[in-house]
Amino acid sequence: MKKFWKLAATAAAASLIVAACGGSDSASDTTSAPVEKTDVKVAVVYIGTTEDKGWSYQHEQGILQLEQELGVEVKRVENVPEGAQSEQTFEQLAADGYQLIFATSFGYGSPMAKVAVKHPEVCMQWATGAKFLLTKAGGGEFADFDALPTNLGTYFGAAEEARYLSGIAAGKATKNGKIGYVAAFPIPEVLRGINAFTLGVRSVNAEATVQVTWTKTWFDPSLEKQASESLLDAGVDVLAQHQDTTAPGVAAQAKGAKWVGYNSDVKEAAPDAWLTAPTWNWGPFYVKTAKAVAAGTCPSEEFYGDMKGGMVTLGSFGTSVDADTQSLIEEKKAAIIDGSFAPFTGAINKQDGKAWLKAGEKAELGALLSMDFFVEGVVGSAKG
Amino acid sequence: MNSNIWVLTSADSIAIATTLILAALGALFTERSGVLNLGIEGILLTSAISSFLAADSSGSIWLGLVVGSLVGSLLAGIHAVLSVTLRANQIVSGLALVIFGTGLANFLGKPAEGKTVTTIIEPLTFGPLSDIPVIGPVLFEHDIITYFAFALSIGSAWYLFRTRPGLELRATGDDPATVDAQGLSVAGIRIRYTLFGGLLVGLGGSWLMLAQSAAWHQAATTNGIGWIALALVVFAGWHPVRLIFGALLFGFSLQLPFTLQAEQITFIPSAFTQMLPYLATLIALIAFSRPGSKNLRGAPKALGNPFVRDER
Repeated sequence: MKKFWKLAATAAAASLIVAACGGSDSASDTTSAPVEKTDVKVAVVYIGTTEDKGWSYQHEQGILQLEQELGVEVKRVENVPEGAQSEQTFEQLAADGYQLIFATSFGYGSPMAKVAVKHPEVCMQWATGAKFLLTKAGGGEFADFDALPTNLGTYFGAAEEARYLSGIAAGKATKNGKIGYVAAFPIPEVLRGINAFTLGVRSVNAEATVQVTWTKTWFDPSLEKQASESLLDAGVDVLAQHQDTTAPGVAAQAKGAKWVGYNSDVKEAAPDAWLTAPTWNWGPFYVKTAKAVAAGTCPSEEFYGDMKGGMVTLGSFGTSVDADTQSLIEEKKAAIIDGSFAPFTGAINKQDGKAWLKAGEKAELGALLSMDFFVEGVVGSAKG
Repeated sequence: MNSNIWVLTSADSIAIATTLILAALGALFTERSGVLNLGIEGILLTSAISSFLAADSSGSIWLGLVVGSLVGSLLAGIHAVLSVTLRANQIVSGLALVIFGTGLANFLGKPAEGKTVTTIIEPLTFGPLSDIPVIGPVLFEHDIITYFAFALSIGSAWYLFRTRPGLELRATGDDPATVDAQGLSVAGIRIRYTLFGGLLVGLGGSWLMLAQSAAWHQAATTNGIGWIALALVVFAGWHPVRLIFGALLFGFSLQLPFTLQAEQITFIPSAFTQMLPYLATLIALIAFSRPGSKNLRGAPKALGNPFVRDER
């Protein structure tokens, strides 16, 4: 038996070493690719594993599309913690000759920018990033926007559009007007999601409230389940979430409540509770960027995708979402896509009842990207 | 009344206490024989993922519980061989088990990452009993393993203090030389209870996976519960019944941060309330393990010392 464990441990160690060193020659292994291959070496860095059925999984779907359309093999590095260790990873990938590196987590930004300066020949792309945060004014190391490396771009999308639509489904589903939101970290991205969701809820259910509980986690099934249970104990009958697990769905289903997921269409995790979910489609961006790099340019813009461009999507509807609600959501979705409607359009009050946007006024993108407050209808603290 | 959040929080705390009781009881039996097993956290994690894989591939939760428990016993067996047979340093061996168990769990768990168990262990139904105000939801809406854990604690107190094998177990932890002189095998008893302890820890880890967490994600599945269980044994003065109260207290402190948020009691930052269980662990260890503390009366006197006949 001891021998077996030794073998298992050796296998584990060996697989780690292979994972760490392999792939440097991956671009040359693509002779069997069915489509005409594009000559570009691409790598992607993940915060978790591609099996998480959430954030990383959804990025992986986009990477798979890139591989198929360009006929290249992408190098994946999973479970890379944010901070110093990620800098080493980017440095190694650059040294190995990768021409395009996608970093799929917020905390990779400043290490990636450092490596971008050292390797101007490599095109770096930072998901969920904001260049402002790299400048002195935003707490970063670069003097101003002009000092930033030109081989660094960011990409993200207006999840708030899909959040708003999922809020409509939640507002229609609640019977007692109490909705719970299992929230991750008190940062603009999360606050924006909660606010857009709440505006969606209130557009069909003016008296409903959205009660927020913070877990300070991105992926922790046990804690997120506990947080969900406390919200359900407090009497909410619909749960929404920001984290990458399906724990809130499982908890909601056990108590007969409804559930709005996030990231991926994972109806099967809690089919009775499932309403819908804001989801991501990263594929077109990955394909477009890889093609640009193959053609010799590096997009260095701050890309902000939306429903119109197809980066932000809404998952399928659960069986309890009736036809009227579905068509209402489809109608709003069409209005968002043709530009006649945006979730953050006044009149909108802040949580304390003070006015934020006047009637008809639309929020600036900058205000959305630095959002640090809740809108009226949210119960809880925006500070975490 | 029965939908009051504090009533429901108490019910949740009792559920969360299940893993704590089983893991701490496992540690208690091991320690009572004189073997200190610090590897609880590693065993919990490996059992959790083993039970997940077994339940997921066979479709049977009960098979998952059995496999998870046996894997717990198997890992404890490594510690038993190293620390009892080979007389290695128990602290080093235990810590190695944590690292080994965590690594092994992550390796085995790779294909299960982010997956959800298809069926979880369902609570038992007691019909009208669940409708009794307060007592109904608190006492009559749990699953069989939770009831088993509480019953086992009480049974263990009887076993330890009222039976001959219990006496032999305590004697082995306090004075192995005398047990040896009685013609009993010190190594045999220690190995037996280390394996049994591992079995209980394994059951705790499996229950955590199949009833509580329901989804696998590396070390986040246990969140340090193994370490809290070790502190709980000290807190309880190595007494199985006192362990129940400690586990309830810690179970409550694990659920409390979310109840406070759900109740809009936000003058204490949530970052602080989420620290509470770990802070409570520290305080318990400092308060109850001072030299001369009454609590240490229950401590096995030969805890952590390998038995060598010549050194009598």
